Amino acid sequence: MQAFFALSRRPGGTFAALTVTLLCLVAIAAPLIAPYGPNAIAPANRLMDPSLQHVLGTDHLGRDILSRLIYGARVALGISLSVIAISLSAGVALGIAAALSPRAVDLAVVGVFDIVTSFPSVILALALVAVFGPGLGNVVLLVSIVFIPHFGRVARAQTIAIRNSPFIEAEKVLGAETWRVVLHHVTPNIIGPIFVLACMDIPVVITIEAGLSFLGLGVRPPLASWGNLLNDGYTYLDQSVWLATFSGLALVLATLGFALLGEALRDTLDPKLRKAL
Amino acid sequence: MRSASLQMHLAFKLATAALAVAGSVVLLMALTRLIPGDPATVILGSRATPEAVAALNARIGLDKPLIEQVFAFFGRLVSGDLGEDVFNGRPVLGLVLNALPNTAALAIAAMLCAVAIGIPLALLCARWPGGKADRLVAFLSVGFISTPSFVVSVFLLMVFSVHLRWFPVLGAGESGDLGDQLWHLVLPTAALAAGWVGYIARLLRSSLLEILGESHVRTLRAYGVSETKILMKYALKPAILPTLAVLGMGFGELLGGAVFAEVIFNRPGLGSLIYDAIRTRNYPVVQGGVFVIVMLYVLTNLIADLSQSLIDPRERARLTSGRGH
Amino acid sequence: MTAALLTIEDLHVSYRGRNSTAHILDGVDVTIGRGQSVGLVGESGSGKSTVAFALLGLLADNAEVSTRRAAFDGHETSLRVEETRALRGTDIAMIFQDPMTALNPMFTIGTQLVDIQRRRFPRESRHWLWARAATMLADVGVPDAAARMNRYPHEFSGGMRQRVVIAMALLVEPKLLIADEPTTALDATIEAQVVEVLQRLRQRTSTSMLVVSHSMGLIAELCDSVVVMYAGTVVEHGPVQVVFSRPRHPYTRALLACEIDPYQAFDPSQDLATIPGTVPDPARRPRGCIFASRCPDRHDRCGERPPHRQAGDARAYSCWQEAS
Repeated sequence: MQAFFALSRRPGGTFAALTVTLLCLVAIAAPLIAPYGPNAIAPANRLMDPSLQHVLGTDHLGRDILSRLIYGARVALGISLSVIAISLSAGVALGIAAALSPRAVDLAVVGVFDIVTSFPSVILALALVAVFGPGLGNVVLLVSIVFIPHFGRVARAQTIAIRNSPFIEAEKVLGAETWRVVLHHVTPNIIGPIFVLACMDIPVVITIEAGLSFLGLGVRPPLASWGNLLNDGYTYLDQSVWLATFSGLALVLATLGFALLGEALRDTLDPKLRKAL
Repeated sequence: MRSASLQMHLAFKLATAALAVAGSVVLLMALTRLIPGDPATVILGSRATPEAVAALNARIGLDKPLIEQVFAFFGRLVSGDLGEDVFNGRPVLGLVLNALPNTAALAIAAMLCAVAIGIPLALLCARWPGGKADRLVAFLSVGFISTPSFVVSVFLLMVFSVHLRWFPVLGAGESGDLGDQLWHLVLPTAALAAGWVGYIARLLRSSLLEILGESHVRTLRAYGVSETKILMKYALKPAILPTLAVLGMGFGELLGGAVFAEVIFNRPGLGSLIYDAIRTRNYPVVQGGVFVIVMLYVLTNLIADLSQSLIDPRERARLTSGRGH
Repeated sequence: MTAALLTIEDLHVSYRGRNSTAHILDGVDVTIGRGQSVGLVGESGSGKSTVAFALLGLLADNAEVSTRRAAFDGHETSLRVEETRALRGTDIAMIFQDPMTALNPMFTIGTQLVDIQRRRFPRESRHWLWARAATMLADVGVPDAAARMNRYPHEFSGGMRQRVVIAMALLVEPKLLIADEPTTALDATIEAQVVEVLQRLRQRTSTSMLVVSHSMGLIAELCDSVVVMYAGTVVEHGPVQVVFSRPRHPYTRALLACEIDPYQAFDPSQDLATIPGTVPDPARRPRGCIFASRCPDRHDRCGERPPHRQAGDARAYSCWQEAS
């Protein structure tokens, strides 16, 4: 936890920590703090400017923008954390396994990684959604695929660096199984870089999910994703700017906060990583 | 004999690139088969008569095993045939080639802007590190880098088109009228370039600072060569290399961002093409469009990779001396 | 007697850190006559390179330099960076330690040799500077010099690169040539070549030289007088033959004892001579004689700073011991 105090010394660090904490709290406590339900339609109140009753205004169906934004935080954080969790586990597992497998298998896995990364991430996500269709579950699974090579490569590189070390040989001679030994030694080395990578990927995932939803290919309405809100705002831009403005701001703050956090973490945990990442 | 190894190196890189593209094609085709339910039925929707389904299956090749489908695709590819639009039979290749220049123009304009602003900014920051300009750029660039480009697009649209009415809202401008087209390019380019300006500025800045601390720069300083000259001649050239690598990758993300920009600003291009095709489940068009984008991406990365090797005289020598890679 | 080219009295250099200040140089005096070659010898951490860097203002930004009096070529100077900067590329030239990293790998040596001359000859054309550089390159013994000008540093061997670096220094026709560990990064055969180049230079020109090295052998070959440094102070100085054959300071004696005589038969039973202990922490310098903690002849008076003692013409040392 001394990392936390070092964090606050960096200029953006405090802002990042505060923003991220705020977002997490908002996401968790959504039902408690949202003044209205996210789907409380009131056509009579459509596209109202900010007022005392609706602090950020209403959207084209009369729903309170602030409440939808709050629930949108849930969607954004929930999806991005799930995606990271899935791609991290799958990627690290694949990476370590590949490094410990026979050369052919290893090459095959590397080939698959290369193929996945030969697509720009957004394009891959679009192609996958084109085939499997939109929806919350689909988005989580499909976007995870995009990020697996990130973690896979780091895990594989670390494992390769370690697998031929003398102390591994020594433990093998004593009868330990290779994979157990390697796992034991690889894990502490990986945690740092993987953690930083995960943190720096969160804003990217948020962006991709919001982008997909913006195009109508992500989370399906009426579920409140910031991307959906931005799209609604864009559609009614000539009638009211508030929806677009606030949903856009939410996205900016979230991505900025997590990006700064990732950078601060990277610099605190290991300044040498600066070059690698 | 001298260029033999260079050719081998090139060939090797091209081969890996081609493999990556081929692999992605296989992936795309495999995906088509994974469409839940019978793909042809899904595509045709309400027009799914048994004859139409059979005809579509034959045309897309879904009635044959994957391997055959892949080979068939490559076979047709060689003759320039990317399949046909599901609905009206127009050749996909034609659609894609029509759309490509618009997207390319946008992506290149954005990249050029990012470079034209980013490099001078980086030089400024590296010349007076820790100074006011440096801190300002550092502060702003994080914001620009992490913000999604479509958010920037919507904001720009909101402020400059809808509110101030300085720029047009829709389209790419009258064809044939270059000035009009350029005017229509301004906002989308700005939206796409914003993030990259920050990224390039910071990356180049840290490369520059690192090089400025090296021995050979100390030699030049010891002889009184001016800091500005050192920075702009002797430090810039080595510092460009890592930035080149990033630009290659960045182009891919630019292409991704172009999809949003084209949709938001209602411009024709590969992005809109793919987007519309996805919504109407026009799979051959999706496949063709994505394929072209992947090819562009791989090609750009290849060029960036090769230019890195060619700029550094040590790499050049290593390649042409035949000592292998 | 003509005035000395360089006179420095009581030079102090320290680095102010966050919690402490490191004193690298503590009252160093150096005098270099015109046409004279002076050697600065000492182990790592003695501060000898710092003296050289201070002359050109190449120390880090947080360095604090002060001197009671300093004069170069008849002009008084405070050795502040603004003043020393004016000497770069015109009056003082420096040969750095490692020729492998001293040149920019992405530019031809011709380009670099031209650019360093610009300060000295600001109005000459590139063509003229290029030709001049090619001639100098041939002068220092680089074969096929004209063609080599278009080559990149990595195409030169270590010894050739050092010659390029020396040529660089000579091109600006300096009054003072500083060589910072010129042979440390080279192997023995190359070292001999470099020494030869420098000796030829001494014969042909009246350039003064300051040679910084931990190799007493090199200094014996190249220098007229020597300044022995330990942990930022001068412990002894004088003509090189005299100091090396009849050292007065215990540190000088110990240093000489550490040198291996290549002509003597190798005796495997004898340990290599060393000086026990380590150099003091520059942030915590001891009061009194700086060498006391490692000195075999230490006694009670060494707790106080020892006086300078003259021992003959132009020779002095700082020790409590009387001349033996």
